[in-house]
Amino acid sequence: MADIRIENLRKQFGSFVAVQDSTFHVQDGEFLALLGPSGCGKTTTLRMIAGLELPTSGKIHLANEDVTFNRASARDIAFVFQLFALYPHMNVRKNIGFPLLSQGMPKREIRQRVEETARLLQIDHILDRSVSGLAGGDRQRVALGRAIVRRPKCFLMDEPLGTLDAEFREVMVHELRELHNRIHATTVYVTHDQHEAMAMADKIAVMNHGVIEQFGTPQEIYSKPASMYVADFIGSPPMNFMRFTSGLRTGARSISLQGVDVSVPEVHQDLAEAELALGIRPEHIRFSDASPLRGAVYGSEYLGTNQVVAIETSSGVIKARVPANRNFRIGETVGLEFNPAKLALFECKSGRAIASALYSEA
Amino acid sequence: MADVVLKGLNKRFGDTQALADLDLSIRDGEFVVLLGPTGAGKTTTLRLIAGLERPDSGRIEIGSRNVTSEAPADRDVAFVFQQYSLYPHMTVYDNLAFPLRAPVRKLSSEEIDRRVREIARMVRIDHKLENRSTRLSGGEMQRVAIGRALVRRPAIYLMDEPLSSLDAKLRAELRLELKRIQKELGSTLLYVTHDQVEAMTMADRIGIVAGGRLLQVGTPREIYGNPASLHVAARLGQPHINLLPADLLPGANPPPGTKTIGARTEHLDIIVDANANSKVDWIEHLGDQNHLHIQVHDHKLVTLADPHLTIRPGDRISLTLRDPLYFDASGQRLG
Repeated sequence: MADIRIENLRKQFGSFVAVQDSTFHVQDGEFLALLGPSGCGKTTTLRMIAGLELPTSGKIHLANEDVTFNRASARDIAFVFQLFALYPHMNVRKNIGFPLLSQGMPKREIRQRVEETARLLQIDHILDRSVSGLAGGDRQRVALGRAIVRRPKCFLMDEPLGTLDAEFREVMVHELRELHNRIHATTVYVTHDQHEAMAMADKIAVMNHGVIEQFGTPQEIYSKPASMYVADFIGSPPMNFMRFTSGLRTGARSISLQGVDVSVPEVHQDLAEAELALGIRPEHIRFSDASPLRGAVYGSEYLGTNQVVAIETSSGVIKARVPANRNFRIGETVGLEFNPAKLALFECKSGRAIASALYSEA
Repeated sequence: MADVVLKGLNKRFGDTQALADLDLSIRDGEFVVLLGPTGAGKTTTLRLIAGLERPDSGRIEIGSRNVTSEAPADRDVAFVFQQYSLYPHMTVYDNLAFPLRAPVRKLSSEEIDRRVREIARMVRIDHKLENRSTRLSGGEMQRVAIGRALVRRPAIYLMDEPLSSLDAKLRAELRLELKRIQKELGSTLLYVTHDQVEAMTMADRIGIVAGGRLLQVGTPREIYGNPASLHVAARLGQPHINLLPADLLPGANPPPGTKTIGARTEHLDIIVDANANSKVDWIEHLGDQNHLHIQVHDHKLVTLADPHLTIRPGDRISLTLRDPLYFDASGQRLG
């Protein structure tokens, strides 16, 4: 296994810059998710690591070796596309063993490795079955087995769960992460689904227009978003923004929203008057009749244990996640209270987060 | 708008029983969602109501009128499909106006214009009325497709996974909008999906379908809190309901015949305690909701972490059941 070090990586297709200037480090055994919408440069980044595209400039180190211009076959990585591609005329054992056979490994060793891999994936009982009769989940496990049987230095995966329907995807997300916990293979996983990234990754790189907007643990990305783009891309529902115009001074501990003083984490920078946004995660809103900050219920979505209530305020519609034990009437007026320690502030024009105690705490 | 009543519907395709003895009444102004996996019979139900298929037996009433043998055009229903099907050479405006311009409707152009603009505003496409329909994003096209169904005032709207081709963010937005529009218009709507969140958040009542049968019908709160069977209990809730042997955890009061206990987050009390019966394996940080993965003997449980309780992986915890759900060997609910 190995670490991956990316330095000033850039890729241009004609005049289109797919990846601008990426620098990041995936540690040995770490699971990194490259997350972003289509066209953000995540797949291009992955393909450069794999050696399927050559970078315009920059460097790629795999286990301390500069592989930037090595051929894909010389990089000792496994690339997993959509997981369903199996050889239909071969049984499970032959499908999993195929990459070893084509490497010229002796038969006995192949047998041993295939059985080990099958045990890891809990499919050792179906080794001699034909793949064409298998259920969806087992097919995916076989395809995964074929990728891991070679024990490459790292795994690269490009939206491997993209085509599955919701319920089954949930199951596979957990299996993939549990597999990672067992074999600790360095993994780079491309997805546009924030839920997959949050559920599986040790680190997430959120990409936008060829730029990594933020690189960090799922918790950092979620609770300390570096920009409005990240705050909006992560979370379901995403972070709420309430816009206001004001200047800010270092040491400020409150802002004025619709004429109401709202406590915020201590501000650590000076800012001339500009359009700003208060960022509030849905679970950090509570209803309180006493609060002067008012809104009217616009709709509610029952989710079982909790519910998401949309509230129309004079700064737009915001959504709160609250316990499911209260029924709301559409149009009902409610008072809103925010958890002051968890609020973020942004400068709207640049979209960047404003430095505050939220970002300096551990 | 009108009541729609389905009585004893059966439909077979070759060897497959697509629908078996389906009974369902949809009240005037009600939003009913059929929830089930692919092949459960959801789409077949819609197609039978629309008249695109004939039932082998059974009866379909729309507004107390037996329409079972009527042609689709005479049934007064509007259908929205999974894939938007717009007229590519027409503008958004003309796509929306098209159903109203049918000669049988005899609507004045002022009336058509009024309705098109009203619906365009509701589905938030009023700023693109003059655009060609091919110059729209996927989300905008689907809003036009939904709008085109809504300009008519049929007895019932039938929608077949209309949001499934959209990305997560847009889907969440349109869920809320569709529910609002339906209430605003007072329309009767039957909607099918395999997405439990859509069913929970939009439906007045949910019908759980599997293998061509309707297993349970009720409000989202009834179906979630009071499921009739294991199968229904497992359809709703994130994380999934934990299914445990009857004697695994203390705190239960299982009635005779209990084989399985179903425990959701709200049925589990957690106390951090060194001499405990369980261990926290790992915590899945999903941001807004953190999932606690717990090991109890040979069993794994997943529950929502209480944001006010500090728990770390490796912690010993004591886990107690509080009014969980009990199921017998056949999966039927007990007690």
